[in-house]
Amino acid sequence: MRVYGLHAGLIALLLALHFVLPAYHHGNLARVMVLASYAMGYNLLFGYTGLLSLGHALFFAAGMYGMGLGVQHLGLSPAPALLAGLGAGAVVSAGLAALALRTGGVAFMIVTLMFAQAGYLTVLYFGAYTRGDEGFVIQQAQRMLWGIDLSDPGNRYLAALILFGCCLMLSLWLVRAPFGRVLVAIRENEERVRMLGYDVFAHKFAAMVISGTMAGAAGAAYGLLFGYAGATFASVQYSIFPLLWVLLGGAGTVLGPFIGTLFMFYLIDLSSGITTAYMLIAGVALVLLTLFAPQGLMGEVRRRLWRGLP
Amino acid sequence: MLLSTRGLSKQFAGLRAVEGVDFDLPKGEIHALIGPNGAGKTTLVGMISGRIAPTAGRVLFDGQDITRLPAHRRMRLGMAYTFQITSVFARLSVAENVALAARRRAHGGQVNAVIDEVLERVGLPDRKDQEAGDLAYGHQRLLEIAMGIAQRPRLLILDEPTQGLAEGEIEGFKILIRDLAQEATILLIEHNMHVVMELAGRITVMNFGAVLAEGTPEQIRASREVQAAYLGGTSDAAAG
Ligand SMILES: Nc1ncnc2c1ncn2[C@@H]1O[C@H](COP(=O)(O)OP(=O)(O)OP(=O)(O)O)[C@@H](O)[C@H]1O
Ligand SMILES: [Mg+2]
Repeated sequence: MRVYGLHAGLIALLLALHFVLPAYHHGNLARVMVLASYAMGYNLLFGYTGLLSLGHALFFAAGMYGMGLGVQHLGLSPAPALLAGLGAGAVVSAGLAALALRTGGVAFMIVTLMFAQAGYLTVLYFGAYTRGDEGFVIQQAQRMLWGIDLSDPGNRYLAALILFGCCLMLSLWLVRAPFGRVLVAIRENEERVRMLGYDVFAHKFAAMVISGTMAGAAGAAYGLLFGYAGATFASVQYSIFPLLWVLLGGAGTVLGPFIGTLFMFYLIDLSSGITTAYMLIAGVALVLLTLFAPQGLMGEVRRRLWRGLP
Repeated sequence: MLLSTRGLSKQFAGLRAVEGVDFDLPKGEIHALIGPNGAGKTTLVGMISGRIAPTAGRVLFDGQDITRLPAHRRMRLGMAYTFQITSVFARLSVAENVALAARRRAHGGQVNAVIDEVLERVGLPDRKDQEAGDLAYGHQRLLEIAMGIAQRPRLLILDEPTQGLAEGEIEGFKILIRDLAQEATILLIEHNMHVVMELAGRITVMNFGAVLAEGTPEQIRASREVQAAYLGGTSDAAAG
């Protein structure tokens, strides 16, 4: 109960902030919530199952382009376009899971990295449709969901909050369910799990598809809410980001991805206001954090304050 | 027969770890597998449980040829396996370790009942919330056994379960195994001769990857071959 209270409390807090935050931070937080949904998807695979993917941008971009191309070229309205994005994330992650899960450890990292890179090149190759690096804008008229204008900052924030809330509660429920417990056990000792009679491959496969679908949903929402799809989101950078966010916030904690994304977002935002060498400041902060809180912020909270924190 | 092997063999890069083993295990028996270090005992049960792929031969479980079944499917048929080298989830709680084993069969509130029951049986009732990695080595062995029992197996394979147990705990272990034999067939790899002689209905002796002898404890004790190869040969066996 306390656990659900804490997580529902965060959603309530974010809802309250909607009414009080100044426009600038209000906009930032909407972005952070969508990116944190991406990070939560990543965390299910990396933090809970122990599989380090370097190719999640592929799923994020699959969602973004599944939605964006549907709107742009098939004239889909937002609801079916979002579903198309979700489906694209699911199909692409299932395909990659079927291939990459035959490997493990470093090979898994390399295979996911390679396929994500191939995905990036595919986006560039089909520049006639995707407009490559330049990307394309999704017009305001194309962003009307059931009469609600998603380009309006207020609506956008609430839509981001709904996505975030769903991903958060789904993650929380999943990692506390028997299925999620098996994922954690796989992370801890895969051979033992197999000898307890669990199908390790099937569990990893399901984890990767759920993770990729969540990333796809976030990608689709990002494109729709901020009105743009571009190849940058398929680049290796966007595979590294969720890893950093999750490490910072605490891998294998439900709140970690949000905390990490928020922290990093404002770290870069604030330091870029002070100096042009903002990446340096961000880098130093990261090093300090890994030195003093190697399990991430929420990992540290779990270690010191609340051992049962999911 | 609950379990049979025919011509089961394993070569590791030229080394014949197990060579043409025909082995039969009737239901309800406590069967001990003994032999000097490197005789191939762990490799044999590894092939039975599906951890190790054989180079030749067949494994039959309850009349079904399971040679090609992956390990997890064999466990689902009713096997449970405890590792020679302790393999618990060190960073998870004792209760969660057992829960993972129990949840394949039990659901919801039943799981907690199973946890309490098996931890009581192996003698770790007050350790539930401790991290498994913090347990003493002998207690981790007991936790392994608890995880085996929680699966409610028809065949329980124990690879040197008493290694690292204190004298008093070994007494408890004997009582536990006799009690378990009511519910499950037990295949026990064991170096402690007192435990073997007291518990086993039948004994198989391995040496150099092959079966050297099989029989009741009395027959094995009397066999000169076994004496020469094993009982008099290695100090840890004699010391027990
Ligand atoms: N994975 C492996 N690769 C190569 N050789 C192996 C492997 N596993 C076992 N062996 C070798 O196979 C032989 C049989 O080993 P096994 O572990 O089955 O013996 P054991 O009877 O269980 O011995 P112990 O009593 O020491 O546990 C040994 O010579 C061992 O070195
Ligand atoms: Mg052995």
